[in-house]
Amino acid sequence: MNKIQKLIEENVAALIILTLMTISVAMLVEILPLMFSKTVTQPIAGVKPYSALRLEGRDIYIREGCYNCHSQMIRPFRSETERYGHYSVAGESVYDHPFQWGSKRTGPDLARVGGRYSDEWHRAHMMNPRDVVPESNMPAFPWLLTNTIDSTMTPKKMEALRKLGVPYTDADIANASKEVEGKTEMDAVIAYLQGLGLALKNKR
Amino acid sequence: MTDFTSGFWGYFIATVSILGIAFCGYVLLTQMKVKLKKGEKAQVTGHKWDGDLEEYNNPLPGWWVGMFVLTIVFAIGYLWLYPGLVVMGNAKGWSQEGQHKEEVAKADAKYQALYDKYTAMPIEAVAKDPNANEMGKRLFQTYCVQCHGSDARGAKGFPNLTDNDWLYGGSPAKIEETLVKGRQGQMPAFGAAFGEEKVRDVANYVLKISGNAAFNDVRAARGAETYKQVCVACHGAEGKGNQDLGAPNLTDKIWLYGGSEATIVETVTNGRTNVMPAWKEFLGDGKVHLLSAYVYSLSQDKK
Repeated sequence: MNKIQKLIEENVAALIILTLMTISVAMLVEILPLMFSKTVTQPIAGVKPYSALRLEGRDIYIREGCYNCHSQMIRPFRSETERYGHYSVAGESVYDHPFQWGSKRTGPDLARVGGRYSDEWHRAHMMNPRDVVPESNMPAFPWLLTNTIDSTMTPKKMEALRKLGVPYTDADIANASKEVEGKTEMDAVIAYLQGLGLALKNKR
Repeated sequence: MTDFTSGFWGYFIATVSILGIAFCGYVLLTQMKVKLKKGEKAQVTGHKWDGDLEEYNNPLPGWWVGMFVLTIVFAIGYLWLYPGLVVMGNAKGWSQEGQHKEEVAKADAKYQALYDKYTAMPIEAVAKDPNANEMGKRLFQTYCVQCHGSDARGAKGFPNLTDNDWLYGGSPAKIEETLVKGRQGQMPAFGAAFGEEKVRDVANYVLKISGNAAFNDVRAARGAETYKQVCVACHGAEGKGNQDLGAPNLTDKIWLYGGSEATIVETVTNGRTNVMPAWKEFLGDGKVHLLSAYVYSLSQDKK
């Protein structure tokens, strides 16, 4: 035992390797097996890969840091399911790379915001949240209305996602540019939000 | 969660977990060999750093060993109650879904009778019940304020619920219908059909019938013609609107989007689309009924 102690104290590489081994025990039992679990790796009924416009909206959601204040993870507690709807399940996030579960709720959870408000509401709300919710402390995102989507990037993004296992067809990718052509970032974000969580929308 | 692609993973998890716990116990045992008699001084390990930094080999403190053992006991109990070891099965039948169901069932048992009681009462009566009103208010603050505002006075594009002016009717039945089925408001865009001048003419006529003093007489006169041909279909000959279609009354001073000439021109040119979502599926009958009563009660002093 003294020899091991000496080794760890005097050899930084040994210290690092043994530390990593210790930490990885938890990852081995808690994370690795999930990659082989069907509930985690297979989509539930109704979950489809993002359309080109929604995918662009999702990228803007990430770019603007929405996940810093909005989670997309309804936990299985009544207090949450009463407010937001059916709790989130793993099979809803299989096409998300990376997922947007988040860990901070300054604003409300958005996992099932799809269809909850009208497109007009989202437009007014993102131009200036206080126009519709005076108490809101969400920042305004007026530039979304004037920025247009770079349609040359969309097929590339979809191809990258296909490599990660999202089942886009060749036709999806070929039509991607056309779908987002001339659309504003606002259109894209709203399309993304309105598609969130529909698979289990009206189940309690 | 036992839907792994192969049974191997169950054994893998169990093996690594149990070995991990066993290893912790083993490490603890090996570190407990040093015992000191009363008055005896601890040995130094022989490691020397920076010339005079030495390390005592004291025995482990008893309280610390006790806590270490507790964590091991806790781990085993935890793995048993909340089935972490897949191969061991689920002794207590615990699952996240089950726990949620239980929580919901408990709340339902507590509140369902209350909801049922109010659902059986007509909305007018529910609206007068202070307890129901308080419940309705809480529900409103959770589900409705995002559009209609915490004071229920709405916002641009989202109706004020306190003024007793209704797009689709303010009877209890109509309010409940709005909540149950939702509404789709549709003002078509006339910009292309009318052209800029005609749109401004119509806007001025609308200003006139709404009782706004600041309108252009000539334009209003021309706009009246267009109104009679087109707008009349939904807003009616007198501009009083049509609650079956959700067409607003244009002769009052209540505006959903604003009553300035510029805003009216914008409305006529681009049209308006407005959606009230349907809530029956999400909220269920009990809550919809309470909410309807609450919304109904908001404008009762304005009759």
